[in-house]
This record gives sequence, C-alpha cells and structure tokens, in this order.
Amino acid sequence: MHFLLANEAVKNLVDASTEASTVVSVGPDTVTLLLTVFVLAVFIGVEVITKIPPTLHTPLMSGSNAISGIALVGAVIAAGSGDALLPRVLGCAAVTLATINAVGGFMVTHRMLGMFRRKD
Amino acid sequence: MDPRLVQLAYLLAAVLFILGLKGLTRPRTAVRGNLLGACGLLVAVVVTLFQAGLDYRLIVGGLVVGATIGAVFAIRVQMTAMPQMVALFNGFGGAASTLVAGANLVQTESFSPDVLVATALSGMIGAVTFSGSLIAWGKLKEFRKLDQIKIPAQQIVNGILVFSCIALTVAMANGDGSTMTVVTYWGISTLALILGMTLVVSIGGADMPVVIALLNSYSGLAAAATGFVLSNTVLIISGSLVGASGLILTRIMCVAMNRSLPNVLFGKMGATGSTLDADDVYTDVKSTSADEVAMVLEVASRVVIVPGYGMAVAQAQHTVSDLRKLLVSKQVEVDFAIHPVAGRMPGHMNVLLAEADVPYEALREMDEINPTMEQADVTIVLGANDVVNPLARTDPDSPIAGMPIIDVDKSRTIIVIKRSLSPGFAGIPNPLFAADNALMLFADGRKAIQDIINALNES
Repeated sequence: MHFLLANEAVKNLVDASTEASTVVSVGPDTVTLLLTVFVLAVFIGVEVITKIPPTLHTPLMSGSNAISGIALVGAVIAAGSGDALLPRVLGCAAVTLATINAVGGFMVTHRMLGMFRRKD
Repeated sequence: MDPRLVQLAYLLAAVLFILGLKGLTRPRTAVRGNLLGACGLLVAVVVTLFQAGLDYRLIVGGLVVGATIGAVFAIRVQMTAMPQMVALFNGFGGAASTLVAGANLVQTESFSPDVLVATALSGMIGAVTFSGSLIAWGKLKEFRKLDQIKIPAQQIVNGILVFSCIALTVAMANGDGSTMTVVTYWGISTLALILGMTLVVSIGGADMPVVIALLNSYSGLAAAATGFVLSNTVLIISGSLVGASGLILTRIMCVAMNRSLPNVLFGKMGATGSTLDADDVYTDVKSTSADEVAMVLEVASRVVIVPGYGMAVAQAQHTVSDLRKLLVSKQVEVDFAIHPVAGRMPGHMNVLLAEADVPYEALREMDEINPTMEQADVTIVLGANDVVNPLARTDPDSPIAGMPIIDVDKSRTIIVIKRSLSPGFAGIPNPLFAADNALMLFADGRKAIQDIINALNES
C-alpha cells in the first residue's frame, strides 16, 4: 500500500518535471551533451594512456584498434533496419569490416600479451 | 528492450573499455585488460542486437564472415608482420565508419545541420583512414612500386583536396536529405579516399611508426564522429579513447625523432645541408669476425644489445634471445636498449623480443639505459643505424640533429652487425662505425648471431 502510494507520488513528480522541462527547457540539447561526453572521454583517454609503458605500445595499438571496431554497433543497426536494400548492404559490409577489426584485433592482442607473461 | 537499459549497457561497455586500457599499463594486468575491452565490445553489440525490429539475416552473415577472417588473420600473422596487420585493421575500422554514416544518411529522417556535419566528418575521416592505411599496409609489405609513386606539387594537391572536402561539408550542412545530399556525402568520401593516398604514399619506411599511430587515432575519431551521427554514446566514448591513444603515441614518436608532425607528414628527410661524405667518414673502419666477437664477449660482464628494424628483417629475434640466454648462463648481465622509433611501429622491438622469450625486465627504454651506457663492456648494434648515430648530437646541420639517440658510443667496445656500410633511412653516414672502439661484423643479422653463439660454445 505504502509502495503504491510512493509509486504514485514518484509518477506525479516525473509528470510535473516533464511538464516543467517542456516549458522551461534549460537542459543541454543532444549535441552539446554528446560533445561533453566526447571531451571528457578524451581527457580520460589521455590520463590512462600516458601511463602505458613503451614495452606495451604495440599491444596498446592493436588493442585500441580493436576498440575502434565499436563502429560495429552502428553497422549492426544499419544492416538490420529499414526496407531499402542498398543501405542495408552497405551496413552488412560495415558489419564484416568492423568485425574483422574487432575480433582480429582483440585476438592478436591476446596472443601478443601472452608473450609478455613472466617466464619463470 | 527499454532504451534506458540499452543506454546503461552502453555505459557499462564504456567503463569496461576504460578499465581495459587501464589494465594495459602493466604487463601483469594487460591480458585481463584486453579481455575486459573485448567484453565491453561484446556487451555493446549484444545489447544492440536485442533492439526491436532488426532483420538479422545480413547482420549474422557479416558477423560470421568478419569473425572468421579476423580470427584467421590473428592466428596466422607473424609477429614481424604486426605493423602491416595493425595498419590493415585500422583501415577496416575507418571504412566501417564511412559505410555506416553513408547508410544512415539514407535511412534517417533527421537532417539537422549538426548531424549532417557529423556525417560528413565521419565519411571524411573514415575514408582517409581507409585509403591511408591501405597504402601504409602496402608500404610495410614493401611493394616497391609504391615507393616510386611521386605526386607532383604534392602539398598543393593535398591542399586542394582538403579545401574541397571542407567546402562540400559546408554544402552538406545545409542539405535536406535529398539525393543531392547523398551524392555530396559520397563525393566527400571519394575525395578523402584520394587524400588518404596522397598523404601517405610519399612517407618513408622509418616514419611509419608515426603514420600508423596517427591512422590509429583517425580510426577512433571516425568512430566518434559516427557516434555523433547516431547519437550513440558508446561510439563516442570508445572513439575518443582510441583517438587520444593514437595522438599520444604519435606525439611520443615525433619527440623521439625530434621532428614536428607536419615535418614527418610533409617534410623530406635529408634535405638539410649536411656536407659529410661517406668516404671521409669511413676511412678507418675495422672489420671483425664472429670468433673475435666471441672472445670479446667471453671477458665481458655487461652486454647491451641495441636492436633495430634490421633485426625484424633478418628474423633474428630468436637467435638473439638464444645468445642472451647463453651469456646469462655465463653470468653476463644482458640488457636490450630499445629506441622508441626502432622498427616500424611503436613497441615493435618489444613484441619481437617478447615473442622470442626475452623477459620484459631485460627490455630497457632509452632514457633508462643511457646513463648506464658507460658501464657497458660490449654493445651489440643489430640492424639499427640512425638511432645510434652520434651525428644527432654533434652535427647541427644533420637531418637527425637533436634526435635523442642511444649513447652506444660511450660503451667500451661496440660491435655493429650489418650487411654493409649503407646508410640508414636518414641517408647519412654514421661515424660510429669508424669509431676507435667500434668493430664491424659484416653479415646477415641472424647468421652473425648464430656464428657468435657457435664460437662461444666451442671455446
């Protein structure tokens, strides 16, 4: 009972805030929000990557390269949605290329890093 | 699936990428880091697959074909061929971004200027990455024909291409999503394809570490641009991580050559007025034999080995590892001095030596080992040239002036293993070869090291 009440209250609050936001609209729009994410991520990247020793620079390249296979997410959507055939074929090509990049990249990095293990 | 759940899964994937890269800061945690990164990608892709209304036929086809090709590449590639493979994969990532942005342009109904600019950038950066990487791949595979291509008035051609791309991007920003906009997009991408080729084709082999690092960065930026097109945070975050990584490596490589990025990309090596003549420098070169080198090594207590690209070419990493083991068994201290730009990609020498079972503690960075070079009884230079050339310190007119080098000349005895006295990439003679304490062993790198091992075993 209490739960239901609370739930109702939250719902009212959410409704109120949605109304408020449509009226005032002070929040950032999508582009600026995405730009914020981008810039902050660059800073994180710089902080983390400057600490990587030169010994591991090749695995870093192949590993980060594999991460750029994240384009796969976009490629999957392009290959699977809509009715027009041409963009879906482009998407399918993108899925193939991004998967090569991702799977090959992570696997070869794994193979390389195996060689860096301590040999006692 | 609840869109908020999808967003949270993307956030999880992004966190896994960051933790994965953090894992790469130490050899001990690096394997786990890489696996975390792979998990991140898996999470992002699986969540995307669960979105409603996707037709799986083309997706699954692409995934299966791509995963098979990628796995075959990864299992079969030789460690010496790693730079080529990274270049090729970079290119694939870039191409994927261009194709995704192109497909989205037809599928979407929102044509706000910022999305259209992001689409144009995605196509442009992706296409430059793709063609530039393919050229870099060809150059690393040593297709000689690529080196003969000379583009007349290259700077002007590049300038026109860049300007046209920007002009078309501006035109596209005001587009309405009609056929015209789509044509403009592919126009930008085509021009960018040409630009990628003209940018990379004239860059020489020893500058490849910079090019590969830069292309690595571009492949990330292309993915980030695609993220702006699709309003997809995980693309933006991982793209910017990769972009930052590539830029940092590019900077490290440039500093290690004491050259600016524009100089590497557009400048020419050896264009400065150095007047040193090889015949004058090499008046007093002493040649030696494997037996003699073995005798010198017998009495040494500390040996430093300086590998270069020549070691990779000769596939000498296993033999040199055997030599190290033999010397260590004779109570000799053996270190490897690794110059940041030795080889054809950042960390190239480290990977080859790790493959050959050299423990990473024995791989020492230039700044770390230089102060101790005076205590080295013997230094073996194996297939390295410009990175040990003392002219970098002494001749301000030399094309490598100011480049940090490994202070090989300070050790007591220097053995240089090299086929001939031919110059390195910078095209200048190396006075080190004629130094009083230097001995030249003219031979193929792997055979020379094997002969030294045999001589040591016989004595």
